[in-house]
Amino acid sequence: MSTEAEVTTTGVKVELPKSYEDIKDLIRVDRLPHIWCPGCGLGILLKLLARAIKNSGIPIEKHVIVTGIGCTGRLGGYLKLDAYHVTHGRAIPFAVGLKMANPELEVTVVGGDGDILAIGGNHFIHAARRNDDINVIIVNNFIYGMTGGQYSPTTPKGAKTTTSPYGHYENPFNVPLLAYAAGASYVTRWTVLHQNELYQSLLEMFKVKGFAVVEVLSPCIIYTDRNAMGDAVDLMRVLKERPVIDHRANLADLDIDFSMKKIILGNFVKRERPVSYG
Amino acid sequence: MPTVAELYKKDLDKLLRPGIHFLDGNTAVAEGAVTAGCRFYGGYPITPSNEIAEYMSYRLPQVGGKFIQMEDEIGSIMSVLGASAAGVKAMTATSGPGFSLMQEEIGLGSMLEIPALIVDVMRAGPSTGIPTLLGQGDILQAKYGSHGDYEVVAYLPANPQEAFDFTIKAINAAERYRVVAVVLSDQLVGHMYGKVRVPEFDEIEIIERPKPTVPPDQYLPYDSRYLVPPMAIAGTGYRSNNESLTHTDKGYPTTDRDASFKLIMRLVRKIRENEKEIAEWEEYLLDDAEYVIVSYGSTSGSVRRAIKVLRTQGYRVGMLRPKTAWPFPGWVVENLVSRGVQKFVTVEVNMGKMYHVVKEFSKGVPVEHVPYAPGYIPEPDYVINNVRKVIER
Repeated sequence: MSTEAEVTTTGVKVELPKSYEDIKDLIRVDRLPHIWCPGCGLGILLKLLARAIKNSGIPIEKHVIVTGIGCTGRLGGYLKLDAYHVTHGRAIPFAVGLKMANPELEVTVVGGDGDILAIGGNHFIHAARRNDDINVIIVNNFIYGMTGGQYSPTTPKGAKTTTSPYGHYENPFNVPLLAYAAGASYVTRWTVLHQNELYQSLLEMFKVKGFAVVEVLSPCIIYTDRNAMGDAVDLMRVLKERPVIDHRANLADLDIDFSMKKIILGNFVKRERPVSYG
Repeated sequence: MPTVAELYKKDLDKLLRPGIHFLDGNTAVAEGAVTAGCRFYGGYPITPSNEIAEYMSYRLPQVGGKFIQMEDEIGSIMSVLGASAAGVKAMTATSGPGFSLMQEEIGLGSMLEIPALIVDVMRAGPSTGIPTLLGQGDILQAKYGSHGDYEVVAYLPANPQEAFDFTIKAINAAERYRVVAVVLSDQLVGHMYGKVRVPEFDEIEIIERPKPTVPPDQYLPYDSRYLVPPMAIAGTGYRSNNESLTHTDKGYPTTDRDASFKLIMRLVRKIRENEKEIAEWEEYLLDDAEYVIVSYGSTSGSVRRAIKVLRTQGYRVGMLRPKTAWPFPGWVVENLVSRGVQKFVTVEVNMGKMYHVVKEFSKGVPVEHVPYAPGYIPEPDYVINNVRKVIER
């Protein structure tokens, strides 16, 4: 039995599939269909995050979502929670203010690689250093998707993008190593296809006291196209077949290169460090 | 309107006592903020505003507030907006370079309609300028610095007493209209010591942001039936979508022509329609004045002395001192024009900023600017000589 059809703000009749029944009250059905491309991983994350919030044991009204700009930045708008869509790169300091002012809130930032690590890089490392008690989900698709496929701080060396037509000559961030070095309490990396593992990490993230970072690898069709890696399905296959799960991996080995022969995933860091406020 | 005495009963013994105190302008700002109920400060050190942050880091924990020194000015104003979204009156203080960095977030605060206070202790510019000396170059930036259309409320204190009083008023205006309010102090006011009278606590009125009265399922975060819609606090069960993109009453992004126009109109109308209530100014010897000097902040002290001297020399000169840069009391300028004023002269520590604003309302009556190099206050003799030159030209 599917859920009841709802007429959305765009005049479309939308029915949530049966698998959404348990999180129906957390989705803004009247905003569907969402803006993401077919083949994008953000829909999967939306569902898993909503489910993790539902089962977090923390009252739903205490959950707050803060997002910045980009495809990922739109995720908060589909969740029926207190959600703040703010300026590019600035979701983390907004979240820090929310948490400090009311430590009862469970504050989660969701952002893309460009949002969190480029323009927001300074805020990211300092929130990790202070070990502010917030959660940061970085959806890493290795590119600026919404803006049209320019290179980002995680674009692998050699990749062709709209701003690196001859191949990217910069080195990308190793996100888990960066988060650990800056001081995060909890660091994991999964792909959107590792749904069970990712879901467990999201649940764990809510329990962690301190700065929690979940890096989520997700495909972007623009990126796929430019680098002749095939279509969305082909890239999904890459994210399915190349990962190796190694919870004890040396963080220095977590670089992701252009050929992406081996992508290491896992729950890498969980440690107790004094938190700033809250 | 409730008073401090009614609102902060349990904290009254922790506030600066009613009576006379001897404070510098920056400390007066901090104490004014604490009195108005500010309980969060997020900032980044910058001269000449530092005393505000230093004092707040010591003072806020005493009243159950929180202080954080952020990694930069953008982080500072964002932490302030976040804290305010969680229901706490919040502020930051900065100076020119930091104020420039905060501009995008002034736009965000306007769009999300989150009350916040920025104190800009103006210094010389452009760029790093002269950190330790005076500038008055941020007047237009306070209103026009962010992209798009919005309105702010900005006060112009001229001494520690006004620094205290105007900070309370700015926080009140931010709460009442759900806007980013600015206190445009300057280096001289910030470091000037003077007498500050704290009124009795039942004389100080405090405004709190409008709160929703409807149940969550009927709540619209940007309800256009109100000029200033009620504001749901994060975590109180309203589960509202707060959208920095141009949005509908529901807080959903839109590119619809009518919805966009309606939103932007309301954002500016909430200040423009209340400008006569908000704007404040001082008229000094204007009743018979033929020539009006427009001046504000620390510079107005020098101008006041100059006017006394010019009067003894037979020049009918007076001063219009805006106490709010925004909304600017333009109708006062218009009234002076219809009263037959011959000329306006703006005296400020910049190359002509409020000059443009005065000109907007002077209906063809000449407006001249006496420029002064940033860093120093124009001394009375300089004002006297230059105003005389302008008058006799």
